[in-house]
Amino acid sequence: MEQMDVIDGGFAAPVFDAQTVFRAVMDAMARPGTVQHVAVLAQPPAPLAATAGAVALTLCDHDSPLWLDAALQVSAARSWLGFHTGAPLAATPADAHFALVANPASLISLENFAQGTQEYPDRSTTLILQVESLTDGAPLHLEGPGIETSATIAPTPLPRHFVEQWKQNGARFPRGTDVILAAPGAVACLPRTTRIKTMEA
Amino acid sequence: MSTPATDIATYNFAYLDEQTKRMIRRAILKGIAIPGYQVPFASREMPMPYGWGTGGVQVTAAIIGPDDVLKVIDQGADDTTNAVSIRAFFQKVADVAVTTETAKATIIQTRHRIPEHPLTEGQTLVYQVPIPEPLRFLEPRETETRKMHALEEYGLMHVKLYEDIARHGRIATTYAYPVKVEGRYVMDPSPTPKFDNPKMHMSPALQLFGAGREKRIYAVPPFTKVVSLDFEDHPFEIQAFDQPCALCGAEQVYLDEVILDDKGGHMFVCSDTDHCETRQACGHRGHLSPDILEPAQ
Repeated sequence: MEQMDVIDGGFAAPVFDAQTVFRAVMDAMARPGTVQHVAVLAQPPAPLAATAGAVALTLCDHDSPLWLDAALQVSAARSWLGFHTGAPLAATPADAHFALVANPASLISLENFAQGTQEYPDRSTTLILQVESLTDGAPLHLEGPGIETSATIAPTPLPRHFVEQWKQNGARFPRGTDVILAAPGAVACLPRTTRIKTMEA
Repeated sequence: MSTPATDIATYNFAYLDEQTKRMIRRAILKGIAIPGYQVPFASREMPMPYGWGTGGVQVTAAIIGPDDVLKVIDQGADDTTNAVSIRAFFQKVADVAVTTETAKATIIQTRHRIPEHPLTEGQTLVYQVPIPEPLRFLEPRETETRKMHALEEYGLMHVKLYEDIARHGRIATTYAYPVKVEGRYVMDPSPTPKFDNPKMHMSPALQLFGAGREKRIYAVPPFTKVVSLDFEDHPFEIQAFDQPCALCGAEQVYLDEVILDDKGGHMFVCSDTDHCETRQACGHRGHLSPDILEPAQ
């Protein structure tokens, strides 16, 4: 039974599904704060959700070491990702090209992940955070490249002290991590250039 | 015996295999996240020579889907060799709709121009880039240019522009004019005329750059500051033309010089063929338009 969970649930049409999901992620990354619709194209085993699973299938393969948070490490999702993407597991978060996080609220701090180097800032971890909603959390007011004036998203749950962590992440530019927020049926992105405006005086 | 067309070797959608697409897609996302930074990627051999836009073709192939409408331009024209062959390539390997109308395209692959018609949100402009490194002709070593970008050390580029002024009395760079993206990375806008540089600033469209031979991908997200380098006393200026397009009468557009005979006859026409044809269809006429030279009976 467990075996079937691992083998089933990949893209039905790998070429076109991957293209569709990638375009949603690309548009979300290019326009931070916008919410891009993603249909249910993958059925990964719990606790990995459909959107985060689809993003992983789209971007990960044997060239991109993957780091899993504790909830995913012990689940069938680990074997599912291994079977469908072939991505090796990263030994430490600093080795990961992608980090897949089912439980963002208990995530280790962002500075543990690969930040890239000043010469090669692209050698950093992209975090795929599985969130419940992009509208029900505390609103984040965003500015930066890709945003004409301002944008707002309200993802929940987020890592602890996320606004402060994100500020530190931005201060490391051009080094730093990027975040893909995978919600049910939608993605939004926070590239390292996006600044979260703090409203209080 | 002729082989039926269905028996010819079939390719994956958009030619590239899926692993290559994933690799390019990862590079595109990093490029968008670090505007103006050149992301190394494992450029593949394409069924066309380096220098024919293999970087742009790989970027387009990695992003294109069955619902896209593709436009390809070469120096502004839809009907020159490079544009025609790349358009035909994607019709064959991806079976996508193509257009010459800027407004109808979702992806525009370009060699060395930005269309005159303003781009909109939802459009992606893919540039073919020969030499992505703006500092390459000043410093040939990749290790050094990479360090210069890392340290944001762009003094050499200003020296180059200054030497232009010392020699010519003005900044003589007219194409591939260096820009600074979001106040950080100095970037080569590919060999577009500097006339097009202002269009990159705060553009609603996503701009992706692919250099196949040099194996680099970079990007400018929408609504990103793109500032042409200059000096306070020698501000950046774009080319100005002292006559309108000879066919459609357009002003404030980029014009190509066309030689008419061997006695020095020449005319200036829009470099953007779609823009020129659209204007002519709307009744605009220039002084060498066939309707003006030979009025209809």
